[in-house]
Amino acid sequence: MAIIERPGTGTTPVVVTPQQTLGAVKRPVATKGWREWLFTVDHKKIGIMYGVVAMVFFIIGGVEALLIRLQLAMPDGQILSADKYNQMFTMHATTMVFLFAMPMAGAFANYFLPLQIGARDVAFPRINALSLWLLIIGGLVLNASWFLGGAADGGWFMYAPNSGPIFSPSHGVDFWVIGLQIAGVASLLGSINLIVTVLNMRAPGMSLMKMPVFTWMILVVQFLLVFSLPVITVALVLLMLQRSYGATFFDVSQGADPLLWQHLFWIFGHPEVYVLILPAFGIISEVLPTFARKPLFGYPFVVFSGASIGLVGFGVWAHHMFASGLGPVSVAVFSVATMAIAIPTGVKIFNWLLTMWGGKIWYTTAMNFAIGLVVLFTIGGLSGVTHSVAPSDTQQTDTYYIVAHFHYVLFGGMVFGLFSGFYYWWPKVFGKMLNEKLGAWNFWFMVIGMNMTFGPMHILGLQGQPRRMYVWTEARAGEGFFNLGFWNLIASIGSFILAVGILFFLINVVITARSKQQAPLDPWDARTLEWLTTSPPKAHNFDRIPVVHHLDEFFHRKYEEDTATHTMKKVAEGEDLVRAEADAADAHIHLPSPSYWPILLSIGVGLLGLGVVYGIPMMVIGFAITLFSAYGWVLEPSVAEEIDFEPSDNDGNTKEIAPLG
Amino acid sequence: MAETATHTADHASEHGHETSTGLTNNKLAMWLFLGSECLLFGGLISTYMLYRGRVSDGPHPMAIFDIPFTSISSFVLLMSSLTMVLAVSSAQRGDDSRTNLWLTITAVLGATFVGGQVYEFTAFIREGLGFSTSLFGSSFYTLTGFHGIHVSVGVLMLLSTVGIIRKNKITGTKAEVVELVGLYWHFVDVVWIIIFTLVYLIPS
Amino acid sequence: MSTSTEQHEHEHGMTDAGYIKIAIILAAITALEVSTYYVDFGPLFMPSLMIMMVVKFVMVVSYFMHLKFDSKIFTFLFYTGLGLALFVYITALATFKFFIS
Repeated sequence: MAIIERPGTGTTPVVVTPQQTLGAVKRPVATKGWREWLFTVDHKKIGIMYGVVAMVFFIIGGVEALLIRLQLAMPDGQILSADKYNQMFTMHATTMVFLFAMPMAGAFANYFLPLQIGARDVAFPRINALSLWLLIIGGLVLNASWFLGGAADGGWFMYAPNSGPIFSPSHGVDFWVIGLQIAGVASLLGSINLIVTVLNMRAPGMSLMKMPVFTWMILVVQFLLVFSLPVITVALVLLMLQRSYGATFFDVSQGADPLLWQHLFWIFGHPEVYVLILPAFGIISEVLPTFARKPLFGYPFVVFSGASIGLVGFGVWAHHMFASGLGPVSVAVFSVATMAIAIPTGVKIFNWLLTMWGGKIWYTTAMNFAIGLVVLFTIGGLSGVTHSVAPSDTQQTDTYYIVAHFHYVLFGGMVFGLFSGFYYWWPKVFGKMLNEKLGAWNFWFMVIGMNMTFGPMHILGLQGQPRRMYVWTEARAGEGFFNLGFWNLIASIGSFILAVGILFFLINVVITARSKQQAPLDPWDARTLEWLTTSPPKAHNFDRIPVVHHLDEFFHRKYEEDTATHTMKKVAEGEDLVRAEADAADAHIHLPSPSYWPILLSIGVGLLGLGVVYGIPMMVIGFAITLFSAYGWVLEPSVAEEIDFEPSDNDGNTKEIAPLG
Repeated sequence: MAETATHTADHASEHGHETSTGLTNNKLAMWLFLGSECLLFGGLISTYMLYRGRVSDGPHPMAIFDIPFTSISSFVLLMSSLTMVLAVSSAQRGDDSRTNLWLTITAVLGATFVGGQVYEFTAFIREGLGFSTSLFGSSFYTLTGFHGIHVSVGVLMLLSTVGIIRKNKITGTKAEVVELVGLYWHFVDVVWIIIFTLVYLIPS
Repeated sequence: MSTSTEQHEHEHGMTDAGYIKIAIILAAITALEVSTYYVDFGPLFMPSLMIMMVVKFVMVVSYFMHLKFDSKIFTFLFYTGLGLALFVYITALATFKFFIS
């Protein structure tokens, strides 16, 4: 689709004429079937693929979690061996953080960020596709280790020297290092891409302070990624050189400092925590005002507190290391910095509460999940403040109390935010509403399951049950109310209730996909620009690039202030606005063209990485493919000339492209 | 780039209209990447600084560093920044043959630097500093090797740019492509400015 | 800095002669740096090396990389990365008591 002549009626097929060109490889042209997805550079298709991939890994990580809870349900669990248990919790955390949470936030960001700022795509569409494929390759490498001699077993923060070849002899950690390195490159490219998109591609009139909060939070997250990923890259390189090439970085017998890994990991790891939660904050900052039918309370405060969470997030990493003997000065400094970060977070909580205050609240599933986030995240936030007090943290370190804390903020916070986003934006992406009745079951099973699973872990932790122990014994379980056996069993039952809740979601997705009922164009009376187009949006997003005058532009086009009563009165429906846009549509719309290179390049990088385990020949092949695709990429214009298309399969002359929209 | 005569209307920006900041996407992305690279090299330099005195049974840094030799190769890399900036300046004037000349000279200077580094490494290994000998050895080779890979990638980019300009196959604005390669090249040079002082000149 | 009198070709850069002048200054500073290896600077040794390193760094970034003449957004992005790097790594080294021993 070099230049798309927008059909006036929307039904005339668009025809391009592919001819032989001098280029080395013809551009892909398919607009149907699997090829359309494999070579696409459309941010919406890439976003959907991110979502599917993340959901698959969510299920894998969830099954790993259920196995862990089965093992711990009874004393002397027999489900998993000690070794398998180590692999299970390591891969559960790694999968959930790097292969579910980040890609799922990436799915929302990819899909909605260009729509929210009134753009037709991201700044670098082919790099966007490359990020997706690199992530998939990284995830495959990580999980391939299960079948190639055992997965990584050092915990998700993989402390060296425990992760060295002596204590972790299988190739699991090698696959883990390579997989994360590749996924890290994917995130780095993605973050640069999205920052440039936000800075450069906003619709006319959309100043930074008129951007939707979701876009703002994604922007902050991408800055965190740009500046924190290189640090984990260094750590992973050091570990790789140590394990595979005989370096001595973490070899204590040579005088190495084991804290080096911990510093590098947590300088990345703490900003990473905000990378996980801020997208969810962004999502509910869109959902709460929509369903409270009030503008977001204190928009600038929400924006700046998000930005300051990001900034301060770079100065608190050592609170993960209070028990490692940093010395009293360091501990005191990091303790105070950590307490300080509760302030901007608290500001956000109050902004959300005041957004709902006095609003005509509409309790949809999306709204329920958003309110769930506010409540559950606050619980997790408060237990987090108890960690910031170093003496108290020394008691809690490496106990289930920590596990309880971060599952409240990550599951109760992040996952609830993402589910809120699913229910809110599903009609936009797929043109159909998720079933609200099943949504209610989904929500309540998740709330009850989540509190039953992670609530008791506070008690377990304060009673001294350590993390990462593969069994507990009856003899040491204690008695009465604080009996470890009782609360472990409750937690395990809770985890299955939680799983049933997520099953309701998957059933809901299937039922919705099969249903014939189309969603209304503006089902929630929404506020932001992504609703100023059809559902699902056309390939070119907007018929006409909108000119922005207000924060919540879409809302202000629908509503005007009644000067007599000082209330907002609806003057237009979403349908009218979208029709008006279509009537004034731009004549020529340039869209980036599909490309073979992103997927090929990512395969090359994958082989290059696997060469660390499988030897130089594979590395050479990987390097050759990478180099070849890099040259192909550079020599290919991102927007194809009209003639630069593959000949079509049948007559070799013309190819029809289905009508858009 | 507003000042270039090679500006072609079709490819001015990816979507045919001005960007919100008035800056091109490519250059913005390049500066972000360089900001990110600061933390990459910062980590490697910090690792070296922490470990440079820990030599186990191997040789001490001061015993094996050949300061006159490294000074000359540092000077070569520094001067390649000058030739690079002259290439950018020629490209902005639209002078293709000058651009190619300066790019080639820059690549030759860069390759000379990498060659010097290879020589230095072999000399150190002969004197008993292997990659696994000591913490100093591991962190020294990792830091300077990482930098060397960056220079090598830069040389490849320079030569590729020359080839692409010759064959007139460039897909963006010519002056901007040269400028982006230049930004990367200068960054690699400033990293070496830091490494030269912290690693070689300050005794441990 | 002595180069503030350079005439500008236009607002986006300098003349080739200007670049050569910058390169000569950089080369001179490098020579001075190397001389610290042979001549004893006493207590001035460390601070002078550090200052020369920073001056060279800033000169290349400001003039050769055009940061001085270009959009402030580039300056912000680059120096944010640099500043964060200095902050986190110096703090981390400080917790190792690197600067004391």
